[in-house]
Amino acid sequence: MQASRLPRYVDICVIPILNLLTALFVAGIIIAIIGENPFTALSVMLKGAFVYKGGLGYTLFYTTNFIFTGLAVAVAFHAMLFNIGGEGQAAMGGLGIGLVALSLGGILPVLVVIALAILGSALFGAIWGFIPGYLQAKRGSHIVITTIMFNFIASAIMVWLLAGMLMAPNQMSPETISFQNGVMLWQFHDILNRLGFDIGRSPLNLSFVLALICCFLVWLLIWRTHLGYRIRATGFSPKASTYAGYQPETIIIITMAISGALAGMMAVNEILGVQHRVILNFTSGYGFTGIAVALMGRNHPLGIIFASLLFGALFQGGAELDFEFQTITRDMVVMIQGLIILFSGALAYMFNPMLEKLFLNEERLKEPNND
Amino acid sequence: MKKKILEQKNGGQKSPFAVSLKSICKSFGPVRANDEICLNVSSGTIHGIIGENGAGKSTLMSILYGFYQPDSGDIQVDGKAAIFKQPSDAIRLGIGMVHQHFMLVPNFTALENIILGSEGKMGLKNGLQNAKLKLEELKSTYGLEVDLDNVTEDLPVGIQQRIEILKALYRGARVLILDEPTGVLTPQETDQLFEILLALKSEGVTILLITHKLHEIMAITDEVSVMRQGKMVANTLTKKTSPEWLAEQMVGRSVLVNTKYESGKVGSVALSADGIGVTDKRGFDSLKNATFDLRSGEILGIAGIAGNGQSELLSVLSGITPPSRGNFRINDKIFDSKNHCSPGLMRELGLSHVPEDRHAEGLVLPFQAFESVILGYEKNPSFGTGFFTKPEQIQAHCARLQDSFDVRPQNPTLISSQFSGGNQQKLVLSREISSAPKILLVGQPTRGVDIGAIEFIHKTLIKMRDSGCAILLVSVELEEILSLSDRILVMNSGEIMGIVSKANTTKAMLGKMMAGIPLEKAIEEKN
Amino acid sequence: MTDFWFQFLLALDSTLRVATPLIFCAMAGIFSERSGIIDISLEGKMLMAAFVAAATAYATGSAWIGAIAAIIVSIIASLIHGFACIIHRGNQVISGLAINILASGLTVIIGIALFRQGGQTPTLPRTSRFNSLELPFVDFMEQNVPIFGIIYKELLSDHNILVWAALASVGVTFYILFKTTFGLRLRAVGEKPEAIDSAGISVTRMRFQAIIIAGILCGLAGVYLSTATGAGFVKEMTAGKGYIALAAMIFGKWKPVPALFACLLFGFLEAVAARVQGVEIMLIGEISSDLLIALPYLLTVILLAGFIGGVTPPRAIGQPYIKER
Repeated sequence: MQASRLPRYVDICVIPILNLLTALFVAGIIIAIIGENPFTALSVMLKGAFVYKGGLGYTLFYTTNFIFTGLAVAVAFHAMLFNIGGEGQAAMGGLGIGLVALSLGGILPVLVVIALAILGSALFGAIWGFIPGYLQAKRGSHIVITTIMFNFIASAIMVWLLAGMLMAPNQMSPETISFQNGVMLWQFHDILNRLGFDIGRSPLNLSFVLALICCFLVWLLIWRTHLGYRIRATGFSPKASTYAGYQPETIIIITMAISGALAGMMAVNEILGVQHRVILNFTSGYGFTGIAVALMGRNHPLGIIFASLLFGALFQGGAELDFEFQTITRDMVVMIQGLIILFSGALAYMFNPMLEKLFLNEERLKEPNND
Repeated sequence: MKKKILEQKNGGQKSPFAVSLKSICKSFGPVRANDEICLNVSSGTIHGIIGENGAGKSTLMSILYGFYQPDSGDIQVDGKAAIFKQPSDAIRLGIGMVHQHFMLVPNFTALENIILGSEGKMGLKNGLQNAKLKLEELKSTYGLEVDLDNVTEDLPVGIQQRIEILKALYRGARVLILDEPTGVLTPQETDQLFEILLALKSEGVTILLITHKLHEIMAITDEVSVMRQGKMVANTLTKKTSPEWLAEQMVGRSVLVNTKYESGKVGSVALSADGIGVTDKRGFDSLKNATFDLRSGEILGIAGIAGNGQSELLSVLSGITPPSRGNFRINDKIFDSKNHCSPGLMRELGLSHVPEDRHAEGLVLPFQAFESVILGYEKNPSFGTGFFTKPEQIQAHCARLQDSFDVRPQNPTLISSQFSGGNQQKLVLSREISSAPKILLVGQPTRGVDIGAIEFIHKTLIKMRDSGCAILLVSVELEEILSLSDRILVMNSGEIMGIVSKANTTKAMLGKMMAGIPLEKAIEEKN
Repeated sequence: MTDFWFQFLLALDSTLRVATPLIFCAMAGIFSERSGIIDISLEGKMLMAAFVAAATAYATGSAWIGAIAAIIVSIIASLIHGFACIIHRGNQVISGLAINILASGLTVIIGIALFRQGGQTPTLPRTSRFNSLELPFVDFMEQNVPIFGIIYKELLSDHNILVWAALASVGVTFYILFKTTFGLRLRAVGEKPEAIDSAGISVTRMRFQAIIIAGILCGLAGVYLSTATGAGFVKEMTAGKGYIALAAMIFGKWKPVPALFACLLFGFLEAVAARVQGVEIMLIGEISSDLLIALPYLLTVILLAGFIGGVTPPRAIGQPYIKER
């Protein structure tokens, strides 16, 4: 991480927005090259995401996924760990929900089962984050490589179970039987319908609230607790952490478990909120999108909410593209996501020299650093 | 006297100077590292450049080696103007450099390292064979004994340095820059290095020796230039000068090298070490059988060349690494390899630790000052409640510390890395002292710290001692040890060579012990 | 027994086919990572190359022109990676990831724009593909030479030129890395870039050269997928092969020959997985091909954790080179 000499507001606002605009600009050029009007595409997406009935609900539904996976990546980033295992952790989270719901549904009261299922998703995700964390801390395995491998391993396990012992009988596709009636999170359109409002059907459910609560908790954890202090100290300087007696190994393991738990809870939205059974590939790349979200949101929960909203709109609007255009499909969203990761992540500092020239001519540094 | 050499006219025929620098300026952001530097180095001499840490010596040499481009100014080699855009330009004109941190690929053989960058043809085999022949010749001419087929990382530092010298000579260097070459060497290795340098000089190689050690300048150089805060302040023949005068030029006023503080009032034993040993991961005994007492109200100085077990000692006593053998005792608590000790526990027992490396350990550089200033103490109840921290309270605490330790700028939210070295050290010291420790471990308290802050830090340590704190002071600066300590413990190769009281010792005797001669023998030799 | 032997030969034969793109990518990874640049974008480069190869071959009717175009595009992807992490010192993992995601979006979008077939390219005729080469005297060998004859026919013959090129690339990589000046510098720049810089060689230039070579090799892997074994581009046709190659490279400890064997092992596992579904084996019971597919990843995790001997990656890997002050 480079220490920037720019004013704080430039660092927090101007640069991310500049990076985002660059990514969208390049995307626009590509749309133009394949012969479509980028502005028409943009307006279709915006309408799809916010204006059409139910559109906003879908947007917020996707947003929920991205908040969870974005938070997961961000928490790990604070310890300078790069968790690209969100996909696998979310998949395992789904397995956790499935095991709880299928084994305890009907035995315990519905609300208890729901609570335990949510815990199950966090626990299974946490385990899938804990192991790479442990291997990094105690055996020196590179966390990036291990988490990539764990994504594939998780995917193989899911195929094996869902097409094997967990597969619903008399069913052709690899998925479990549906959960017991009521083992689900309420959807907003249902709740509002009962109160007399009609907002159009969408899968948006109570997980959204859970995601916002997690945002607050993560903020509290990172900036207002001893553990968060230790996580950040370890991330910035493992040696200082050792000196202070924090045991970086332990911090790495705990952080990865928390990160995995957050990613695992993404399954609450998809499985408990919508599917009510465990299906294959329900993570559909949201774990990777979490990386883009965390990068754009600068690893801060507030930034992550905004970035998630942006990606939620992109995903929902992207689905709209399928209907309106012949040549543009939702793969456009995948491409834009790649561009955002490129410009807000890998090329995050591209504009720094230029901006430093611009701002530092006016605001000379008061105290020289003569070290 | 100092102008004399500068004024020598550059004649029409061959220049008497191997290298001349004219009005070199270089800034890093707001920092002026080199300010109008002029330097003439006579051919075939050993030219010393001396100055404190951060005086701009290394920057100047990096410019001469083409690592950096100067903002303005000219470079001449053998009287001809030269422009160095990258090191290869300097290498082509016969300039070689031995860096302070070696530029060797750890898992390459000595031979591979030497030829790297000037291998000859595309195929490697021929290049290696040709190089070997040429190197045998260089080795015998200059007495540079190196086994070329050994893997570099397995070799002692002294040998690695020879590889660096051979590397420069192999490229045809006629001017050799050595940046702080003795920092990592034992006294014997230093002597061997100086022999090599003299051999090089007799073959006509010009040598630029960068150092901050006065005695090295006096021992081997022909001419000397002094740098202070980015400026060249003196140039003179070595034989016409004295260490005192040079020291004065280095710091810009008469020096406090000889400030001696009164001895303290020694109390009871605060910490006692009994046979502590540390075996590192490679199975090497880096600390052997360390036995001593540390009493309240005294400063026990640990003298020794860097890397002789001092760091391991600090690491054990502060609870970071458990000892492999032996034990140490604070109050009635005994800690050994089984009985777990941790930095947190040590703090609870009233032991504070100012670490040797304030950049990597003492501070979290990207943290704001108020965050760095609770490192290790974040659970203190005055900084929050339960699991939670209260930033406002911590900021207020930090502001108080900055005020009483005169840390500038007095801004708790400034990023730690943006303070100067001296102010960073004051931040660390203030943190460790604010817990009113009974025992204070201090490592290299004034490394890279400006003179003003040095004085402040020294006085603070004396004040702590006088209030009854037991202080263990590790420093590679012998002057500092002599100035502050009540007793001095000398280490070599992980072993304690002896413990002497300040009154009963001399610099020469300490020097012998640092070189590995135990106390009893050192006394015998003296008589 | 003979049947088993024959089946085994066929498994080896398909091992070679499956392993070919892995070998190209693993060698690409070795060049890149030995120079200090983490390259998880093997997958994305291969995917882009596969698309461009098929699209160009379809348009021009020539597999060779397709290959050249694919290599150029793969190099461009490498250069983007270099621009981000060498010039702008961006995070190498993030940059690689961006290229992978970009590739899976772009290939489909452009594919649809060009061909309107849901992201696929039209099926390539035999004439615009790299076809299998039957070795001479196959039948003669089979009938007259015991054992080797059948190996010659079933295992060695009937591969396309890229399979042989992949095997050759291992030797070439080994030679370049350990027997040439360029290789010495390449290894140095991944271990200690300061040493290269102070020897008067540009670190930036060395690293760019390395990733360009990586681009070429990934390009060949893509060409193989869409115009040699396949007859056109299919959406997401790399299906994680780039990551398996990455795993194989690590499994081979960043060395060409061990990496080759890792690729063959992983290829063999995949070839076997396709054959054993439902097969009962004594004591173990029914083997699940789903789990067998995960074995390469699991093995890599176990290796990285140091349970099968130590692994030391190039020391300067992942760190952007910044001149010290």
